Amino acid sequence: MLKSLLFLLSLIPLARLTWLSLHNGLGANPIEFITRSTGTWTLVFLLLTLSITPLRRLIGRNDLIRYRRMLGLFAFFYACLHFTTYIWLDQFFDWSAIVKDVIKRPFITVGFASFVLLIPLAATSTHAMQRLLRRRWQQLHRLVYLIAIGGVLHYWWLVKKDITQPALYALALTLLLGFRLAYRFISRAP
Amino acid sequence: MLIRRPADIAPSEITDQTIYRQRRNFITGAAAIGVSAFLPTQATASTKLPNIKKSAYQVNEALTPFKDVTTYNNFYEFSTDKSGPAIIARNFTTRPWTVTVDGLVHKPMTFDIEDLLKFSLEERVYRLRCVEGWSMVIPWLGFSLNEILKRVQPTGSAKYVEFTTLLDPERMPGQRYPVLNWPYVEGLRLDEAQHPLTLLALGLYGEVLPNQNGAPVRIVTPWKYGFKSTKSIVRIRLVESPPVSSWMRAAPSEYGFYSNVNPDVDHPRWSQARERRIGEFLKRKTLPFNGYGDQVASMYAGMDLKKYF
Ligand code: HEM
Repeated sequence: MLKSLLFLLSLIPLARLTWLSLHNGLGANPIEFITRSTGTWTLVFLLLTLSITPLRRLIGRNDLIRYRRMLGLFAFFYACLHFTTYIWLDQFFDWSAIVKDVIKRPFITVGFASFVLLIPLAATSTHAMQRLLRRRWQQLHRLVYLIAIGGVLHYWWLVKKDITQPALYALALTLLLGFRLAYRFISRAP
Repeated sequence: MLIRRPADIAPSEITDQTIYRQRRNFITGAAAIGVSAFLPTQATASTKLPNIKKSAYQVNEALTPFKDVTTYNNFYEFSTDKSGPAIIARNFTTRPWTVTVDGLVHKPMTFDIEDLLKFSLEERVYRLRCVEGWSMVIPWLGFSLNEILKRVQPTGSAKYVEFTTLLDPERMPGQRYPVLNWPYVEGLRLDEAQHPLTLLALGLYGEVLPNQNGAPVRIVTPWKYGFKSTKSIVRIRLVESPPVSSWMRAAPSEYGFYSNVNPDVDHPRWSQARERRIGEFLKRKTLPFNGYGDQVASMYAGMDLKKYF
């Protein structure tokens, strides 16, 4: 029940984009709008995924883990939209320009790396895979820390001057990762 | 009273409706300005400017719609979000307003905005290329900056021209945050400033300049990236050494003094080879000097444009 609700809520950003594009509401530069919106929601879903563990510990609700996979997959879903927007709408399949961008533009390089790293995580997100890989599954999925750091860095490097927004995401990520370090430290203390 | 039509008037002498409207708006505007001596009201945006001449400065490309030109603006004095200035600058007061022209000149002068509006204004359609990789085609109203420079008579040691935007964090809330070094400063070499293409713009699309586009008066240098075109100017100073612009100060490796549109010199973080014309789907190739090479390239003959970016 709650899961279905969360699923529907997670589709709102896509619904909004669809609605706006059908009603001429994306502003003067629609492609930029879509790129930014899908990029923002990728990052938001990454951070939401990362907040499940701290929340579980803080409010003692272990069942929250049931929602983590869906949030992670939505991060991947919006990343796919974001990447497709870039390849299709922004660059219009100009492969040489795309390859050059990925190699030469640090912000694209880290964004691309983060996206590529998300693929194996999405591919191994099923329970069957989890059982199959066991400990290695955990190790593999720790990549999400790197991916999130890459996502924030990507944002930081692409803004022209006003770093307020990326700084807020960086702060949120620092808190989420900091919590894990602190928790580890405390739970190890005698 | 004035508008009663005597029976003996020839039909040809009857003022065309649109011109009449323009005049009437002008009269209303003038009345408002008269009142403004006592009350700081403002000429409302969407006031038509009268007596505009057509000019030879045209572009054989579709104009960017008025709505896009006035809702997609980089104007950090109001907001760093491009849809912000149209909303936040709505109540920006542009009266009273003066522009001081001084520094290395024989006749320093201060122009009231109403005096500037009395110059002979012409419509010029220019391309505008933003350093971020998008572009527009805009019908500006104004006159060559050189008209002003001729009046103040630069001295022999004047080599550069520095433009300064209004500094007033009360009226320009973006200036409350240290995003850039306020006030916004830009500069041109004297010959660039004297070039006939360099426009002192007071309007667009037949109207008084909307606040979000740099009201009441701004520069337009169409062969340079948009940020060189200083908005809401209060001071023009002739100087001997190159002014350090706000963007150069913010990121010297990314924004140079010249900032001529150049598809062969990338911004360190993104390519400048192509641009998205607002309203178009596919990107188009960026032209050297934004397509104004015939007129301006000679000013840079022999210069290494990769070094002087
Ligand atoms: C996990 C991976 C990624 C995340 C979290 C992410 C996140 C973001 C965010 C937050 C923004 C800025 C949104 C805004 O300005 O409001 C953005 C913009 C952008 N991203 Fe990504 N991104 C990712 C992957 C990629 C990839 C793979 C590419 C292309 C190869 C890419 C290309 C872009 C571009 C071109 C922009 C817009 C830049 C601009 O507006 O000037 N991103 N992304």
